Amino acid sequence: MNLVLDAIAWILDPTNWEGVGGIPQRLWEHLWISAVILLIAAAIALPVGVLVGHTGRGREAAVTVSGALRALPTLGVLSLFALWLGIGLRAPIPALVILAIPPLLAGAYAGIESIDRRIVDAARAMGMNERQIVGKVEVPLGLPIIVGGIRSATLQIIATATLAAYVADFGLGRFIFSGLKTRDYAEMLGGSILVIVLALVVDGAFALTQRLVVPAGVRATRFTELRSRPARPRAAVG
Amino acid sequence: MIEFRGVTKQFPDGTVAVEGVDIVIPPHKTTVLVGSSGSGKTTLLRMINRMVDPTAGQVLIDGTDVATVEPVALRRGIGYVMQNSGLLPHRKVVDNVATVPLLRGTSKREARAHALELLDTVGLDRSLAEKYPAQLSGGQQQRVGVARGLAVDPNILLMDEPFGAVDPIVRAELQQELLRLQEELGKTVVFVTHDIDEAFLLGDQVVIMQQGGRISQAASPVEILANPADDFVADFVGARRGKRALHVTEVDGQRLVVDADGRPAGVLAS
Amino acid sequence: MNWIWSNLDRVGELMLVHLALSVPAIILSFVVSVPIGWLAHRYRWASGVLLSLCALLYAIPSLALLIALPVFTGQRATSPVNLVVALTLYGIAVIVRTAADAFDAVERDVLQSATAVGYSTAGRFWGVHLPLAGPVLLSGLRVVIVSTVSLATVGAVTGVQSLGSLFTDGLQRGIQAEIIAGILATIVLAVVLDGLTVAVGRMVMPWSRPGMEAARSSSASPVEQADAA
Repeated sequence: MNLVLDAIAWILDPTNWEGVGGIPQRLWEHLWISAVILLIAAAIALPVGVLVGHTGRGREAAVTVSGALRALPTLGVLSLFALWLGIGLRAPIPALVILAIPPLLAGAYAGIESIDRRIVDAARAMGMNERQIVGKVEVPLGLPIIVGGIRSATLQIIATATLAAYVADFGLGRFIFSGLKTRDYAEMLGGSILVIVLALVVDGAFALTQRLVVPAGVRATRFTELRSRPARPRAAVG
Repeated sequence: MIEFRGVTKQFPDGTVAVEGVDIVIPPHKTTVLVGSSGSGKTTLLRMINRMVDPTAGQVLIDGTDVATVEPVALRRGIGYVMQNSGLLPHRKVVDNVATVPLLRGTSKREARAHALELLDTVGLDRSLAEKYPAQLSGGQQQRVGVARGLAVDPNILLMDEPFGAVDPIVRAELQQELLRLQEELGKTVVFVTHDIDEAFLLGDQVVIMQQGGRISQAASPVEILANPADDFVADFVGARRGKRALHVTEVDGQRLVVDADGRPAGVLAS
Repeated sequence: MNWIWSNLDRVGELMLVHLALSVPAIILSFVVSVPIGWLAHRYRWASGVLLSLCALLYAIPSLALLIALPVFTGQRATSPVNLVVALTLYGIAVIVRTAADAFDAVERDVLQSATAVGYSTAGRFWGVHLPLAGPVLLSGLRVVIVSTVSLATVGAVTGVQSLGSLFTDGLQRGIQAEIIAGILATIVLAVVLDGLTVAVGRMVMPWSRPGMEAARSSSASPVEQADAA
């Protein structure tokens, strides 16, 4: 347990909270880069996923693409981009975007597909046009699963961003790599604890969001079921 | 008036759902399409609001070929009630009923006020207005479905096995309710069912369909029972099995009507 | 690409090392998860606790877990055993949930009729419940195979040799072909292991051929499985 105490002492050490390379700066970097990546990846993947789910067209392609992307080893992709674009932020950003796309894409089409086809049929028979069917029926009803996809993508980004400190000078992962280099276990464990806490807090926030976006009329019947079985993200943990 | 002229529907996989159908559906009456599954009755119904487009022939509403009308606009002018109600689970009852008027640009206040009146029309308590569909019984959901179908006061009301998923007692109740409504409103109702008794009860005109989407007979219930067009129809309506061959027998001073198997069908009114 | 041909030996050797890391983790996590998944299926209270634990575990970034594990295991963070333990834990986090779903998905009627025709409790589990849950269990296993093989490369940054070493080495020495070779070798390994598993699955469960209803979940790609859950 000494190891943990050392790590906590490292985290609480005021000198680690100051200036360039301090905990607040690293945490901030980790957060904003993750947020930017998520926005870029979502802007690409969510519309495509919703379209695939709505039309049913290109489903095979979407499944194949997200499957193939997922089999990619994250460290390999990061290294390759680092070699192409040089050490620094330019390399991890495209790599992280690529790796965040599969869960977002899958969440979006699975969310839309999960809706009872009879409800969509009724909406069409009433005279909703395709845009209205997507906007007023499919997206609200599929939202819990879509948010589930965003949740796993976010966890994936946070995890990969930690690893990305290997090729770029940013984020909480820096503490781990600098600790590995100097064999300072307190620092690497301290950094790991910060990363774990960050991931769990974000995951918890998403779990809450996921529950809140269940439409009220659906919650009336499905709430208990969702509670015992939260739509579990399958974040790759790279 | 709705008219089918030489209508055929072949799906891309080759199945012929409807073949060479010619029929006139008179206005302000109830026409029931009846047949077993695979007889193309639902396909026929869905061609009226262009949920399905025919591969040959024409469907005309008051002389206008529906193929020339934009489908979304067409559907907003035709009421549609389906099995399992098809209500939007994430919207309250009142908002479900108000859906189409809102799509057509009616103000929210007006649409909701009208929706409440429609709940009265279909015999639902207004206290249900703020509930979600999942909180209603199956019969109540179906009534909401009917109210929604009536929301834009359409001339035509399409009903696709609307009472197929409720228990027999509730179904009988809903059937009576529909008869009452129809007397009041006089819509052109096209109703799909696989239950011949339901067809005879509700239909002014009954259209009997057989496998492959052909019409065997289209006539009033009385006419069909009196003169079944062929053996298929006779079998289908049960005339030959003796189910419809009723006779009177006397039990304890009451005159009972029984079928050929001796099962009681009712008491003869004196 | 010359690099690949002149270093085939090295790539082959690392593939074997990589197998030695990932296969034990895959097998171990499967063997441990099935009973846990059954508990989660059988007892409602256990289901909440176990599935939440798995969810938490799965949310932990891999690098952080690799560094933090030694606190519990006493191993060094740079040891292969540490990596295998971490991979096993992730595998468990995935399969337990799939296993619980797999057991849940077997129809009650089938189980009751098995009891009715005279199966004992244990006999029913081994003879009916487990085999019928098999196709879904297999799909969970396939997800874990792909993710474990890919994840094992991460160990390279803490100094555990694997195909991931081609990434760290390639980056340091600026050899693009080395990194690409590593990526390809990792994918090939995952695809081969996945294919083998599917083949074994067909042998053990001849009734679950693709095209049959029960087999649909197992014939779907592992990724699709994961996302549908």
